[in-house]
Amino acid sequence: MAAYGNAARSFLQGGCALIFVTVGTQLPFDRLVKTMDAWAARHPAEQVFGQIGNSAYTPQFVIWTRFSPPESFREKYQAADLIVSHAGIGNILLAIELQKPIIVMPRRAELGEHRNDHQMATVKRLQEKAGIGVIYEAAELDQAIQCTRATNIRPSRPTAASTELLTTIRDFIGADS
Amino acid sequence: MSQSGTSSQGGRRKKILAVSSSGGHWIELLRLRPAFAGHEVVYMTTQKGSQSQVLGHRLHIVPDANQWTKFRLLITLVWVFFLIARERPDIVISTGAAPGYFAVRFGKWFGARTLWLESIANAEELSLSTRLVKPYADLWLTQWPHMETPQGPFYRGDVL
Repeated sequence: MAAYGNAARSFLQGGCALIFVTVGTQLPFDRLVKTMDAWAARHPAEQVFGQIGNSAYTPQFVIWTRFSPPESFREKYQAADLIVSHAGIGNILLAIELQKPIIVMPRRAELGEHRNDHQMATVKRLQEKAGIGVIYEAAELDQAIQCTRATNIRPSRPTAASTELLTTIRDFIGADS
Repeated sequence: MSQSGTSSQGGRRKKILAVSSSGGHWIELLRLRPAFAGHEVVYMTTQKGSQSQVLGHRLHIVPDANQWTKFRLLITLVWVFFLIARERPDIVISTGAAPGYFAVRFGKWFGARTLWLESIANAEELSLSTRLVKPYADLWLTQWPHMETPQGPFYRGDVL
């Protein structure tokens, strides 16, 4: 089934593919919201749901909400066949936990999207570690979505922290004061 | 789950206070849970609706604050202080940020041993709370090997 890609699979099951785009809750991220809205306009058969936070741009083709409580946020994740997100670590970790393909776009300080460029630094390193898709420019989104679906790539390492870290913490807790 | 006595490792059962802000910090904290097995764990975070993620454990919700919201920071400080005074944990573990800093600091005052884990989001520069918490953290960790220095923070694996 993987050869058909996720969109085909959902179609065969009688449903629509669902993309969940999320930009976190702290800062607006108009660049990503706009890009995804433009993509949704070009792909009317696709269902795109967005959690857009304080973004000024309000989408016309993406079904959107500003904020989403943890429970329903998780449900959106589970329902989606692809996550498109700002490079927030929480969203990346949730994709790893739920084994959802994810494409992230880091915020850039020079464009006023964050206070610093830590998202750029994080994704560079996480890309090597965890198998997540990364785009830096809006123009890369189309191809990234196609590639991610074609390869059906999912993030690696599903459950908990590394053994080394868990052992360190277990020993720390167990040690007598 | 016995209320007292020994943990699965045979050591004394401890009371752990696990603290973080919402979002990424919280998800990182939850990934540490296997290390808490056999001990009593009380959680503290900033977002209502988090209880479903830590069923079977007590959870305190404290107001969120950061370096840009000074007044709220003060409220959080007082709130965390009273919770620590009441809970008297043996161990305080935090993945950041502001509420975790207060919890580690006050936890130390009340005799807890404290562990701080810098978020994996910070790959090139330590966060403000991580820099400030250093004197109060018995174990001060980063999640990136290249950020380790002989004086700390130390690298002992990551949440991935």
